[in-house]
Amino acid sequence: MRTPRVLALAAAGVLAGGALAACSDDAGSGGDAAAGGPIPVNATDSACEVATTDVDAGTVTFKVTNKGVKVTEFYVYAQGDRVMGEVENIAPGLSRELHVELPAGTYETACKPGMVGKGIRGALKVKGSAAPLTADAALAAATESYQRYVKSQTAALLEKTQEFVTAVKAGDAAKAKELFPVARTYWERIEPVAEIFGDLDPKIDGREEVIEEGMEFTGFHRIEKDLWQTGDISKSGPMADRLMTDINEIVAKANAEKLSPLQLANGAKELLDEVATGKITGEEDRYSHTDLWDFNANVEGSKAAIASLRPVLEERAPDLVKQLDAEFANVDTALSKHRAGDGWKLHNQLTQDELKELSDSINALAEPISKVAAVVAK
Amino acid sequence: MNRRRAIALAGFGVVGAGAAAGAAALLREDHPATAGTSGAVDFYGERQAGIVTPAQDRLHFVAFDVVTKDRARLVEMLREWTEAAARMTAGKDAGLIGAVDGIPEAPPDDTGEALGLPPSGLTLTVGFGPSLFRNADGVDRFGLAAQRPAALADLPRFPGDALDAKISGGDLCVQACANDPQVAVHAIRNLARIGFGTVSVRWSQLGFGRTSSTSTSQATPRNLFGFKDGTANLKAEEEALLREHLWVQPGDGPSWMEGGSYAVTRKIRMLIETWDRTSLVEQEAIVGRAKGTGAPLGLKDEFDELDFAVKGADGAPAIGEVAHVRLAHPDHNNGARLLRRGYNFVDGSDGLGRLNAGLFFISYQRDPHKQFVPVQMALARNDVMNEYIRHVSSGLFACPAGVREKGDFWGRALFG
Repeated sequence: MRTPRVLALAAAGVLAGGALAACSDDAGSGGDAAAGGPIPVNATDSACEVATTDVDAGTVTFKVTNKGVKVTEFYVYAQGDRVMGEVENIAPGLSRELHVELPAGTYETACKPGMVGKGIRGALKVKGSAAPLTADAALAAATESYQRYVKSQTAALLEKTQEFVTAVKAGDAAKAKELFPVARTYWERIEPVAEIFGDLDPKIDGREEVIEEGMEFTGFHRIEKDLWQTGDISKSGPMADRLMTDINEIVAKANAEKLSPLQLANGAKELLDEVATGKITGEEDRYSHTDLWDFNANVEGSKAAIASLRPVLEERAPDLVKQLDAEFANVDTALSKHRAGDGWKLHNQLTQDELKELSDSINALAEPISKVAAVVAK
Repeated sequence: MNRRRAIALAGFGVVGAGAAAGAAALLREDHPATAGTSGAVDFYGERQAGIVTPAQDRLHFVAFDVVTKDRARLVEMLREWTEAAARMTAGKDAGLIGAVDGIPEAPPDDTGEALGLPPSGLTLTVGFGPSLFRNADGVDRFGLAAQRPAALADLPRFPGDALDAKISGGDLCVQACANDPQVAVHAIRNLARIGFGTVSVRWSQLGFGRTSSTSTSQATPRNLFGFKDGTANLKAEEEALLREHLWVQPGDGPSWMEGGSYAVTRKIRMLIETWDRTSLVEQEAIVGRAKGTGAPLGLKDEFDELDFAVKGADGAPAIGEVAHVRLAHPDHNNGARLLRRGYNFVDGSDGLGRLNAGLFFISYQRDPHKQFVPVQMALARNDVMNEYIRHVSSGLFACPAGVREKGDFWGRALFG
């Protein structure tokens, strides 16, 4: 969840004015938790105090209050950093609730002040008498887990795209340029889901050369071209509105879609294929050269899909899980060399050798990931 | 230009003789080919196949960098490669399951483009580069530094080299030769896939039209300059010569290389258009052989022993002082001989519309520093042909003895 701090703070205004108006003003007390009420979480810039670290299996509610000065996020992770639930963009002074279904097991909670890094972690034990999952139940749980991930990403996608659109319409090219790769991050993490919905994907993310005769060049890359190549966004407003409309439509569809476990497995692979074909080459963001943002988002999305399937994979193919963990770590290591500030170097700042190293790490990861679907199917 | 002119004049004397000998010598081209072009070549054996195996018509050569630091993982990949190579050279799928019989949801363990094709004489030959033992920073990456043979020391820089590092060197190489290009490409593609995460493809080269004969059963082919190439090559049938010049013998160096051979690869770009504007007499003078028959200048038959004493009509030696065949001849290189196995290549055209083409030279020898290096040094310094060629890539690899039986694997003697 790497969101540049500057942008995250900019987002706070939007959130405070709108979506969070319903949030209450107090983090509540420990007594609520004992009574089955929300578990208070006091988040500051240096601490993440969760009122209780032992809860019963079932639906658990956290109420996260940000008492720091940085925008924060709150996560519940299962093993392998599988996201069980998260809330993002909690501005200073606000509180938000997280509802999460947790089977018995050991988890971690995390606050991420500044919305960067691994966060401030704490242990969470969930007890209960949940029956051992049958294979099918495990797969069902995997898709539910991924569904939660999609939901969290689409929420952020809507927010960030709206900010981007607003900047474009306001004629603020500098801000729009900053927001372009940020909004795309949430898009790129869940792109295989978006691709299910036919021509919405090309409308939103189509590159100039894929446009068929009679079809208009619209979406992110059209505005990217306006911003970086022609430098004129005075007429881009309608295009920005249209992007927002299309994003709203695809988010509604994505949240309603029930994915199969095989779609998860293949999605994880497809995200890496996206990296190998479009991002490594710099084809995707040819005007802005912000391909590494997409690259990282694709890898994170792939990781999230694998994390959802993790319990199934650990039972059926533990060696494969070890290999995937190692290769994901290698990709992260190779990619992290190219961080720049809160974001990433531009594609055209990388040497051929550096791109080759990234390409190798993606190939090394994509081969074992291509075996996941077979494990899920058996 | 002066040297070109000089040799052109020297060559004039032999035109008549070369042309007259043409018809008779053409008969020699009809040597029967004994090796079937579609059958399988034994993978297991004392020697690696693909060295003295009658040269197939097609090549896909690939060099890899090892990207893992884990020696066990590298060894495991070599085992997997060996099993896949044994299957593919027998005309089977790369994996045990195959291209079409697996789980529908899984990618097949063979890529499938060779389905229905015969083994096509496929050979796969592995080699280990100097950088596998110590990298450019001198680091002993896999505990192999003490095993590095002296013969595998880096090649010197040759005058005129225009090497591109990106298409040179490599920790490992695999030479795939076959009579069907699809079969050779299929083999390399599947090995690369098996190797993802352990090795990374550094460069690869496609070749066609073998440019030398490794067996007396083969007619001498032509290179892209239109000349017969490899007439004086070492041949599979010359066992004593092979022991002397090709196979690493006990006592030559570390025992893991006994029975193996060293491969040198050079990608030689030919300046085709310039060559094609050169007169026949000058072309022949540069090579030292007649273009039609392949006979040494001043003699009649392709297989006539080179005779540097023969004089042309003008009284000067028929084969000039700087003719290619003279400079490359064992008599002028301490008796050094090579087993050549090169291929023509055409990588399309370059940005200037010139054919991006030439010779992918491969030679095998017992010790490259005693054989390839002196010959190439002589050529690089003096060969008039250098005006028409550029050496753009270079590789050196130690190719161990053969995989003896199932369970044995490429590199077992090295990795122990």
